[in-house]
Amino acid sequence: MPCIPLRQMQVNQTGTIAGIKARGELGTRLRDMGLVPGKEIRIQGKAPLYDPVSLRIMGFTLTLRNNEADHILVEVN
Amino acid sequence: MGISIALAGNPNSGKTTLFNVLTGARQHVGNYPGVTVEKKQGRCVSNTHEFHAVDLPGTYSLSAYSLEEVVARDFIVKEQPDMVVNIVDASNLERNLYLTLQFMEMGTPVCIALNMMDVAKKRGIDIDIAKLSSLLGLPVVPMVARTGKGRDDLLKTVAEHAEIRPAPLKISYGRDIDEALDEMVEKISSEHFLTDRYLPRWVALKYLENDVQILEMGKEQNPQMDSWLSSVAQKLTHHLDATLDTHPEGMIADQRYGFITSILKQGVMTHTRDKNRIETSDKIDKIVTHRFLGPMLMVAVLMGLYQFTFAYSAVPVGWCEDFFGWLAGRVAGLLSDGLLKSLVISGIIDGVGGVLGFVPLIMFMFLGISFLEDTGYLARMAFMLDRIFRLFGLHGASVMAFIVSGGIAGGCAVPGVMAARTLKSPKERLATLLTVPFMNCGAKLPVYALLVAAFFSENQARVMFIITLISWVGALLVAKLLRSTVIQGPATPFVMELPPYRLPTFKGLAIHTWERTWQYIKKAGTVILGISIILWAMMTFPRLDTPIMADSAPAGTQQEAVWQTGEEQVDPASAALRHSIAGRMGMVLEPVTRLAGFDWQTNIALVGGFAAKEVVVSTLGTAYSLGDVDPEDAGSLSERLQSAPGWGPITAFSLILFTIFYSPCFVAVVCIAKEAGSWKWGAFSMAFNTLLALGVSIAFFQTATWIMS
Repeated sequence: MPCIPLRQMQVNQTGTIAGIKARGELGTRLRDMGLVPGKEIRIQGKAPLYDPVSLRIMGFTLTLRNNEADHILVEVN
Repeated sequence: MGISIALAGNPNSGKTTLFNVLTGARQHVGNYPGVTVEKKQGRCVSNTHEFHAVDLPGTYSLSAYSLEEVVARDFIVKEQPDMVVNIVDASNLERNLYLTLQFMEMGTPVCIALNMMDVAKKRGIDIDIAKLSSLLGLPVVPMVARTGKGRDDLLKTVAEHAEIRPAPLKISYGRDIDEALDEMVEKISSEHFLTDRYLPRWVALKYLENDVQILEMGKEQNPQMDSWLSSVAQKLTHHLDATLDTHPEGMIADQRYGFITSILKQGVMTHTRDKNRIETSDKIDKIVTHRFLGPMLMVAVLMGLYQFTFAYSAVPVGWCEDFFGWLAGRVAGLLSDGLLKSLVISGIIDGVGGVLGFVPLIMFMFLGISFLEDTGYLARMAFMLDRIFRLFGLHGASVMAFIVSGGIAGGCAVPGVMAARTLKSPKERLATLLTVPFMNCGAKLPVYALLVAAFFSENQARVMFIITLISWVGALLVAKLLRSTVIQGPATPFVMELPPYRLPTFKGLAIHTWERTWQYIKKAGTVILGISIILWAMMTFPRLDTPIMADSAPAGTQQEAVWQTGEEQVDPASAALRHSIAGRMGMVLEPVTRLAGFDWQTNIALVGGFAAKEVVVSTLGTAYSLGDVDPEDAGSLSERLQSAPGWGPITAFSLILFTIFYSPCFVAVVCIAKEAGSWKWGAFSMAFNTLLALGVSIAFFQTATWIMS
């Protein structure tokens, strides 16, 4: 299965998080919210200007900016 | 002495609702010492015990990256509450337990209040409470905080377990980290390094997590130990980087989630329905955040909020004004003309009236915003607008503050500044606080109306539109400037939860609104009264030797006293104003303000505008010897300005520009200082805005006159 940055995922596409490249504050924030390797996600939607993006993880909805999504690698289905 | 409990949990988990259910009206709001984070305390009683509850800030974790998280964990360490009641959203168990684990690692006694059992059930999530409790080794009480279900059970459980201090949780973080931890713990224990407050293993973990607060504390207490621990952490970082392409921080978080997953997999949570089913909330989002429908709906909601805040509060605001008008009339009848009467009416009654006049506005605004916040719509707005606001170093949620301040002409910066509370990112919040006063508040409108009517009567609507545009562009550009200079730094991560749509409870809205309003009255009120008296003094002293009354007489009574001096008409009020401190300031500043086209009369009016922007109109009237001018009906002043020397469209527009940008009125300044947590920012907004306004006006005036000549 191909591994791509979260930014490139399409709406409604699903996948499993493969890795988080960010460190420091951003890395901690992403992980605090449950974005850790092994979790399944589904892209829920994008804001009217295509940024930020909203995604579904562990039964709740999370939003992040595209430049934050760049740090997340996803193995897409 | 009762049992002390600290309420902790994720944002949107129903923590505030539970706090209200526990304490009812017996609560009071203050701040944690030295910071602007709100601290709510309250008392509650069960059949057998009395409890003292503190509401900790809502957080997802206990890192050192945000003020809220540091406040929460410091409270637990310093105050040692008998029990941490960790409110956990049952419909969102996995993520909520992440915070629970961190409390358990600190060795704090924890009791889980498993909230929203009804929502979880509706979503087909079945939780084995007994199993969860035994696997985690802590009491778990199911509840529905909205209806108060489970309250008595919770209090009973807390009372039963309050005396017991559990063994701290030890999660295995994999061989590499565990070995490093063991090595560090041994030395930390033998050296008693920070152990007066923290558990050795927790300190070691924080060194691996690169936690700034603990690192700083460690360096201070024992620099040798600090550098040794840091070197161990660094060695591990290099090792993990080389072998597993990861780092301790990441690995620790991953393992915590792994621990949670392993617990939930042991039959704690079962889904009786398809996990990936589209929830109602998601369906609503399909429309509410739709590319085209979303923004349209948002405009409608903002207009609605605006209408609600300003139109519906007009009636109680009118009552306030009438009451203070009546009071002033009564006092005027009781006191004889003189300084005392002037002080009481113009200084005190106008001052108190000024403070209380904002109260209905603030109440309505907070009611509206609390509603949008509690339903979950505010987060959607931030989501949709973030792309635009981020360009200027702000946050999607800044929009609320801008709109309320007068982004749609006619708002007010005072509630606008307070609306910035919904922003959680500190830098973006400060930049918002400092730029919202550029919006066109209702008090600036009479000033524009006067000048536009006098000099741009052909294109009134177009000029008003240009004014609105200039204030928005100006505010956003200044925000960008501030964010790249004085409030420098990278954007705070946006990572934000979109909570499911919920209908707010009336009780919650009422408590929330009242708290905020009362805080405004209490905190800002006293300061504003003081400044109001100082401003009165500036426009009254020193007095003319001739025994004429300065500014206390009501409109019209002084018209008879007008006398002629050469060509110019000067009435006593005008002469007295010219003689006062404010008048002298106006004269002294004239050489500078001339560059922007302002004469000394305008300067005095602008000084008066610091009290409230609409005062510019009435003071201008006094300065141009027209007696009192009603800001709502300034026709005569408009004619007077048209014929006054030095006035023309260029001067008028220069004054409009100055009015947009110069110092916020002092009520707004006080609010900025209170909300930013420092008078420094209040002073900054006065000085910076005034200099900026002067610069813009001079640049415009000089360029325009040069082009015209």
